[in-house]
Amino acid sequence: MVPIVPKPRPKNLDLRTIRLPLPGIVSILHRASGALLFLLGIPLMLAGLQVSLHSREGFAEVGTMFAHPAVKLLLLAFIWSFAHHFCAGIRFLLLDVHKGVKIEPARTSSLWVMIVSLLLTLAAGVALW
Amino acid sequence: MVNRIVVGAHYGLRDWLLQRISAIVMALYSVAFLLCFLPRLPLNFEEWHAWFAHPVGKIATLLFMLSLLLHAWVGVRDIFMDYIKPFGLRFSLQVLVILLLLVYALWAVALLWSI
Repeated sequence: MVPIVPKPRPKNLDLRTIRLPLPGIVSILHRASGALLFLLGIPLMLAGLQVSLHSREGFAEVGTMFAHPAVKLLLLAFIWSFAHHFCAGIRFLLLDVHKGVKIEPARTSSLWVMIVSLLLTLAAGVALW
Repeated sequence: MVNRIVVGAHYGLRDWLLQRISAIVMALYSVAFLLCFLPRLPLNFEEWHAWFAHPVGKIATLLFMLSLLLHAWVGVRDIFMDYIKPFGLRFSLQVLVILLLLVYALWAVALLWSI
């Protein structure tokens, strides 16, 4: 076996000077939205299900909570996270089967991910308010 | 041809596949869920309760939950592997996340079966 010795290559990991291309932004937002959904989304979803399914009173209680503006904003953050994670995930699945791998379609599809997830969030926001 | 030392056969493939299968399960469930509930807004308790009380809804929801927890595990582990270099810290966090996800799994099963 020949051990692989990595060649020293120039490296720039300075976040202030890196200008991430759109597919890169979609990718890091996929990660960030996933982290948010894990950290807060799962426990809040389980708690919400528990209370809302327990009784008619619990269901009404959750409904009242959702009427609060701060809760609406939080909900909207989750809706965007879910929409972005969903759309970007579909894009990654398509890339897995070699659809849209070339640079132009890859850029276009990442733009679509941003637009569609923001439009879905906007629609949800309008419906909430 | 370069000879590589690959540790743990199929180790990466299994997680890669798990991430994608769980993603597809969740995507299908989410679309079905939204198609069912969006036209019925504003919801009432009976409709909401009926979805989870029905055996099909219950099992589909449970499948969604288990997919979610496995998916979260692969994702969180990837994040830890990328950003947390000290082994002890990373290992401790991974154990913590596994325990947390197990608690969530038990919570999900308990709450679905109490309906």
